[in-house]
Amino acid sequence: MVEEYLFPSSVGEALDCLEKYGGEARIIAGGTDLVLQLKRGGVEARALVDITRIPELRGIREEGDYIVVGAATTHTEVAESPLIQAKAKVLAMACKSIGSLQIRNVGTIGGNLVNAMPAADSAIALTALDAEVEVVSKEGSRWVPISRFHQGVGRCCVDATRELVRAVRFKPLCDNEGSAFKRLARRKALILPILNVGVVVGWEDGHFTRAAIAIGPVAPVPFRAKKAEDVLIGAPVSRESVEKAAWAAFEEARPRSSLLRGSAEYRKEMVQVLVRRALMEAAGI
Amino acid sequence: MPQVSFILNGEWVSVEVEPCETLAEVLRNKLGLTGTKIGCEEGECGACTVIVDGKAVTSCIYPAMKVEGARVETIEGLSKGGQLHPIQQAFIEHFAAQCGYCTPGFIMSAKALLDKNPHPSEEEIKEAIAGNLCRCTGYYQIIEAIKAAAEKL
Ligand SMILES: Cc1cc2nc3c(=O)[nH]c(=O)nc-3n(C[C@H](O)[C@H](O)[C@H](O)COP(=O)(O)OP(=O)(O)OC[C@H]3O[C@@H](n4cnc5c(N)ncnc54)[C@H](O)[C@@H]3O)c2cc1C
Ligand code: FES
Ligand code: FES
Repeated sequence: MVEEYLFPSSVGEALDCLEKYGGEARIIAGGTDLVLQLKRGGVEARALVDITRIPELRGIREEGDYIVVGAATTHTEVAESPLIQAKAKVLAMACKSIGSLQIRNVGTIGGNLVNAMPAADSAIALTALDAEVEVVSKEGSRWVPISRFHQGVGRCCVDATRELVRAVRFKPLCDNEGSAFKRLARRKALILPILNVGVVVGWEDGHFTRAAIAIGPVAPVPFRAKKAEDVLIGAPVSRESVEKAAWAAFEEARPRSSLLRGSAEYRKEMVQVLVRRALMEAAGI
Repeated sequence: MPQVSFILNGEWVSVEVEPCETLAEVLRNKLGLTGTKIGCEEGECGACTVIVDGKAVTSCIYPAMKVEGARVETIEGLSKGGQLHPIQQAFIEHFAAQCGYCTPGFIMSAKALLDKNPHPSEEEIKEAIAGNLCRCTGYYQIIEAIKAAAEKL
């Protein structure tokens, strides 16, 4: 039963609110996941600590070598950002594919991460970008590589009753790098993906020098197709290399059969198709 | 109980809300504005769409506490002095409603779009209403109505 709904004006104040309730208060951002979880009784809280009015948690900025996105930035804001479109297209495309306009206007990138679904669209893009997540608690702040952020379906390294995600950061893509996001679903909107794939590649002198391929949901956490990435590194930028990498991704991905998402066989087959399409687009082939 | 004050269809209102009440519940049950419909109550159908500070949101999963100080527009705020809003008129003229349950939500999504982008392409219209489901019309008439409204506005 929620007794109090609080609007702290700073991160410090938000952490104070959480501490005061000793584990019975919880962070809320857009509420697009949490409101339903509270209604259905999956999550309980005596107080909700709304972080969307904390200025430092909102917006997208360049800081040193990084692009930093505040945790309470909405999917609409990320998708419409010219900086993200130019320097991290995979993330703009992923955020644009989420739910519907109404959901994107309210749902945030931090909420998408902490909710920790293995095919959360922005998490797949951030996995391909090798992003880092800044987690702040009373003890201080730490940057967690995204590969160590997720711990299982719905579980991550953040306890939203005592700490919060302040921001995510990643390096902007250079001129000899490209990215893409592909999503397979029954409809274009308001539907969770059968599969989603985010890729980032880089090249020099006609050969791949960087490759990151993230796939969801084929494991309890966002999955990196490492073998496929190894196939690409050093290989010529060509359709043939991409086909080989897509085949490697097909071999290493282990999707499960799901009544909602389709059979394992079909989804495994489609891993190859989506990885190929994403790599072709990202490498401009 | 906490008090929330906001600008509802152009006028300040103040209302007591439960900390976890949704905006749809407050509009319908406490303020008597039943034009905002509840269908799925899960953010999936768009029947409850209202506009908060210029943005379409599904009010059935939107905490009412969030609208403190905000500008909220609902279907009731559209007609002025007995005159229907051009989007409402266009929905009538293009047979864009059958049972009508989804209509307020579609009209609010259309208004949020046209307020920001007065000359949308068909693709932009489809994107703006992709979060609204209609079981009756097949969408074609709705898209035609929004195009016609864009021309009049
Ligand atoms: C109709 C509908 C369609 C959807 N479609 C998609 C989709 O296509 N793809 C997709 O990926 N998701 C989808 N979602 C899920 C949801 O919208 C996203 O996960 C969204 O990004 C959640 O963000 P939020 O701000 O609303 O999170 P909230 O609901 O506010 O919070 C979610 C969880 O994260 C915690 N939390 C939030 N912010 C922080 C923070 N900064 N620090 C610590 N903890 C935090 C909360 O305590 C809670 O446990 C959909 C949801 C709905 C209702
Ligand atoms: S009733 Fe709100 S989206 Fe269906
Ligand atoms: S007119 Fe009946 S649901 Fe749209």
